[in-house]
Amino acid sequence: MSDVYVLGVDMIKFGRFPERTVPDLGAEAALLALDDAGLNIGNMEAFYCGNLGQANAMVGQRILQEIGQTGIPVVNCSNACATGATAFREAWTSIKAGLYDVVLAVGVEQMGTGLLGGAGGGAGIPKEGLLGSGTMPAVFAEAGMEHSREYGTTFEQFAKISVKNHHHSTMNPKARYQIETPLEEVMNAEMISYPNTKLMCSVNVDGAAAAVLVSEKKAKELGMQRAVRVKASVMTSDPYQERDLVMPDVNSCTRKAAAEAYEMAGLDANDIDLVELHDCFATAEMLHYENLGLCSDGEAGRLIDEGEVELGGRIPVNVSGGLLSKGHPLGATGIANIYEVCTHLRGEAGERQVENARIGMTHVIGLGSACGIHILEKV
Amino acid sequence: MSLPVVDYLKLPEGGDPYLEGYKCKDCDSIFLGERNVCSKCFARGTLSAIKLSNTGKLYSYSIVFRSFPGIEVPYISAIVDLDGGGTVKGNLIDCDPDPEKIDFDMPVEVVFDDALGRKDKDGNSYISYFFRPIS
Repeated sequence: MSDVYVLGVDMIKFGRFPERTVPDLGAEAALLALDDAGLNIGNMEAFYCGNLGQANAMVGQRILQEIGQTGIPVVNCSNACATGATAFREAWTSIKAGLYDVVLAVGVEQMGTGLLGGAGGGAGIPKEGLLGSGTMPAVFAEAGMEHSREYGTTFEQFAKISVKNHHHSTMNPKARYQIETPLEEVMNAEMISYPNTKLMCSVNVDGAAAAVLVSEKKAKELGMQRAVRVKASVMTSDPYQERDLVMPDVNSCTRKAAAEAYEMAGLDANDIDLVELHDCFATAEMLHYENLGLCSDGEAGRLIDEGEVELGGRIPVNVSGGLLSKGHPLGATGIANIYEVCTHLRGEAGERQVENARIGMTHVIGLGSACGIHILEKV
Repeated sequence: MSLPVVDYLKLPEGGDPYLEGYKCKDCDSIFLGERNVCSKCFARGTLSAIKLSNTGKLYSYSIVFRSFPGIEVPYISAIVDLDGGGTVKGNLIDCDPDPEKIDFDMPVEVVFDDALGRKDKDGNSYISYFFRPIS
């Protein structure tokens, strides 16, 4: 089977664009990625489009109505916060299968405001605040407190993750915010769901990202100079865990996906130069250091304490600013993190460049759960 | 007459309320709510209703300070492992919403009471369950 390459990839600067539409944002990202690849929509053989908010409204086709209706197959997909990674992976799969040589993947989202989630819908009375909380900050707080329970992880250690990611975002012009948030400011911000303060919750933003994926044959034909090899593409759902029904599990699906990705790539965690992982809340990032094998179980607190996951550290994590400061447009996130890693592998990340980056990993979680992991390699 | 807030809360006539689980006789997994297939071992027709314990231990929690409009905060969203099996999520009451006052594995009892005065559109009231520390 052919290797698959990212030939073009880009994202729009994340922000709030209430005057624009979902297809409009997606079209902008698609054109940026096509330009990056030196191709146009007429060269694309298929298109996978990821979006959650308008999952029943043919977003992919509406994007083509803005940038060129060529009649190619369009598949619209939604998979919670793993939506963008799912679109990318479907594009990868179609090339692996030998169906196509040049495929477009787009992830796009316009977000509302306020809390996501909520406990128990259905008939009867509202369950939120009656049967605990189903809001996302609380659900991920409970997942983080499970780590505290096992290893004594502290509020301050969780907060340091947010300090780090906000610091990284000051070097990323495409992040929603470029603002330093000292530790006291993070810890003293409005408490949303202990231990997650407001500055430890990802930012609701609008955004879009896109990638052009090609077969090896096509990459050689078009020029490999800026191509990035997809070494592994993995998706998992959550294997059975005894507390599943009340505690959505982001750990076992990530561990399973990481093991499969390392195997597919023929690599291990020590080979990875940078990671963009799913920091939807500061508590979540802590869990994934261990889930992705960046350290042994119980060592995550030490990793953040000793700066190993900062830019310049042993294994920089979320140098883009992460979902905490770059922002989290749900359907776009899984391609935006691929853009970030590719930018480092191409040596084009400017001030935040991870030096000598050759191999990077992206990770997203769609709660419910879906985990998508990609390992990317400089050619 | 009050209705149960979820279908796994049972209000037997003339008896005490309880939480109901479904247990797989092949692998002993316990689920909340009725189901036909065991999602752990994939067995079919092996699940039957059991009465869950009214005591357990706090597994994890969050203290919720921001919720949706109209919902009183703060409250403790608690995940409790029941003695004998089954994990349930609910509000931990009669406990200060302060991490210093909340211990992992603290013993709790399941208590049943009116669902914070919440009524459905037809005016029905509901019985819910809560966790309370056992001192």
